[in-house]
Amino acid sequence: MTIEIKTSTIQPIRNTFAHIERRFGDKPASRYQEASYDLAPTTNFHYRPLWDPERELYDPGRTAIDMEDWYAFRDPRQYYYGSYVQARAKLQEITESNYAFFTRRDLASRLPGAAREKIVRCLLPLRHLEMGANMNNVFGSAYGIGTVLTQAFLYNGMDRLGIAQYLSRIGLILDGNSGDTLKAAKTSWMEDPLWQDLRRYVEDVLAQKDWFEVFVAQDVVLDTLVYDIFYRQFDDAMTDAGAGDLAMLIEFMQEWHKETSRWVDSVIKTAVAESDANREQIAAWVADWKQQALAALGPLAAEAVGPDAINASAEVLNKRLAKAGL
Amino acid sequence: MAARKLNLKERYSLLTRDLDWEYSYRDKKEIFPYEDFEGIKITDWSKWEDPFRLTMDAYWKYQAEKEKKLYAIFDAFAQNNGQQNVTDARYINAIKVFLTGVSPLEYQAYSGYAHVGRQFSGVGARTACQMQSIDELRHVQTQVHAMSHYNKFFDGFQDFSHMHDRVWYLSVPKSFFDDARSAGPFEFMVAISFSFEYVLTNLLFVPFMSGAAYNGDMATVTFGFSAQSDEARHMTLGLEVIKFLLEQHPDNVPIVQRWIDKWFWRGTRLLAIVAMMMDYMLPNRVMSWKEAWEVYFEEAGGALFKDLARYGIEMPKYAATAIAEKDHISHQTWSTFYNYGHAAAFHTWMPDEKEMDWLSEKYPDTFDKYYRPRFEHWREKEQAGERFYNPTLPMLCNTCQIPMGFTEMDDPSLIAYRQSVYQGERYNFCSDGCKDIFDHEPEKYVQSWLPVHQIYQGNCGGADIEKVLSEYYRINMGKDNLDFHGSPDEARWNAWHNLESAEERLKKAG
Repeated sequence: MTIEIKTSTIQPIRNTFAHIERRFGDKPASRYQEASYDLAPTTNFHYRPLWDPERELYDPGRTAIDMEDWYAFRDPRQYYYGSYVQARAKLQEITESNYAFFTRRDLASRLPGAAREKIVRCLLPLRHLEMGANMNNVFGSAYGIGTVLTQAFLYNGMDRLGIAQYLSRIGLILDGNSGDTLKAAKTSWMEDPLWQDLRRYVEDVLAQKDWFEVFVAQDVVLDTLVYDIFYRQFDDAMTDAGAGDLAMLIEFMQEWHKETSRWVDSVIKTAVAESDANREQIAAWVADWKQQALAALGPLAAEAVGPDAINASAEVLNKRLAKAGL
Repeated sequence: MAARKLNLKERYSLLTRDLDWEYSYRDKKEIFPYEDFEGIKITDWSKWEDPFRLTMDAYWKYQAEKEKKLYAIFDAFAQNNGQQNVTDARYINAIKVFLTGVSPLEYQAYSGYAHVGRQFSGVGARTACQMQSIDELRHVQTQVHAMSHYNKFFDGFQDFSHMHDRVWYLSVPKSFFDDARSAGPFEFMVAISFSFEYVLTNLLFVPFMSGAAYNGDMATVTFGFSAQSDEARHMTLGLEVIKFLLEQHPDNVPIVQRWIDKWFWRGTRLLAIVAMMMDYMLPNRVMSWKEAWEVYFEEAGGALFKDLARYGIEMPKYAATAIAEKDHISHQTWSTFYNYGHAAAFHTWMPDEKEMDWLSEKYPDTFDKYYRPRFEHWREKEQAGERFYNPTLPMLCNTCQIPMGFTEMDDPSLIAYRQSVYQGERYNFCSDGCKDIFDHEPEKYVQSWLPVHQIYQGNCGGADIEKVLSEYYRINMGKDNLDFHGSPDEARWNAWHNLESAEERLKKAG
């Protein structure tokens, strides 16, 4: 027998908000839909921004990409704030337990000296790259159009700050909280010839004005290469070098990138499918930034992993672009 | 190796502040182009004191816990038809005002903090602003979710974002935030973080949440409690901003003072709607607007400005006018909305006898003398079947965009009326404060999208006002608008409670 609690039902007069009904029909809506669609102001702005007097607040003209409906973009993860923080809290819990285990068992002392040096020289400086990625994604959130897209940019931006902080914690675990490894990593980022072309790339992206181009340069081109080199190939190389325990400390980045790539792919695919003009513009950006990224990352990939590393990562990027229709 | 112990400040510094670097391949001005044009002088960003030291791992963890609890209550609220448990269906109109007028400001705050969270060259300030940005996104989304259930049972919520961009009274909050966001990054911070979040939040956010608590609105009040710790962070950011700007350079003091004057006045005008909500729209009243103003502005704000005096900051200009207005503003605003109740997406009504007595008691110097006779007259007309609606379109203040209905404080029978001429055109204002704001930046405020002007210019769907309301605003005529008495909201409420009332059932059975 089942237990049946009697409840009173009251007939609602409508299923959802009118703008949600206009998009999806007269039926109950998901929390994601109500939190994401047609939320941003679109018209009757009062004053031109003093900091950009040619344009309105929420002006679609801040990118060369054109969309008939900016809510055509989709986030396959359907993240609104609540579902986003809960997903990250789960990942965070696993990471915390990894870091605690690593520290408790003093696994840092088991890292071969050469591997430890490589981590400091080749992995830790990425914390600065992540700071740049944070700013570039917040840029998309500030000037992009349509909440479906702009909220995902902000989640990505905050993720990058989190990743920069995890990378910094790896340094603090290695140096017993002295901060010496972070100092060394920063010196590499600032002065080591190996890192300078990459730093130049990051600074160049930070100076761009078209937020979709920034997205292409950062989230599509650079991230695909960087995450493949440093969180896949470098992880394998470290394991071969007897430093497989590092995997515990970078699992967050790996899982995060796998998940976020679904969103990045969907954004690119939608923009490319919208029009020939979009496709050509994005292809031009990709060609330009890809060439610079490969040049900047080549020597680093060789040092961190080996001479073939950059080509393997370029292959991964090309496959991804082809899937998106480029 | 025994790890060294890091204190919170050192740790936060290594995990956040130290991520930044000095650019050498690009000029810093290319990356942060907006930091100089307002005349604010920042000599050393490293002097920024982080108002809260929260790393992302902790942020995700705490916020996820809060969200989990919040949504569990939203679910329970919906499952148990919590909308039936509010004090009275008139109350629902307060949260209609909130969803159409305030929640979209949370959205604008999200965008505004993303903008400064990208544009400040100081990493500490940038990160703090980013966290506020994502919090504000949380607030708009959780508010939409809190109201989502009410939307299924009451009229007036359904097209909130469409309305926010168009409806005449919603141009008051919209232009307020457009004004802040179109300003430079430092003015935005003084406007929103300091004047709005720090000085005035207890008079905006808190009254709505307390109103919810007093009127059985579990969904909204639970949101309020859940947002409290976010708001506390936003307030500390507001205070840090002001101290930082004032300590950086003495030349900043007069600029900041002018912004405080402006945003205090802009803010008090925006609060007129909260004043009327507190005094007229809550069946179970929390306190009068006047009392709230005395506690939260005169006492708390007074102490704050005493504290800021050491930096050379004075009480906002026109604070005395705003203090005098506490006896009038709610009554005058409610009168305006009662007049234009056919053109609003929420219901208005005349207070009953008991409510009028409460107003007399709370406003001994003004209510009986100036407002009760007018309200009694309107009530009599309504009882005679001639509910008064004002068929004309009002003139709007060019700055705050509120209909020109506020009076001189030394003569509450005389409408306050100010003018400026700019490039041969005449502009009208409700107050000295609004005129000052215009006169300082006329080139900005001539751009105001004034709803009444726009209707007359034919930009809102033509000359037929019914069509403007129903087609351009998308007000469901006869449902969303007009008096509460006779509304479908009222009819549904009565039907639920007759069906649900145990007394009624007993009577029938007996």
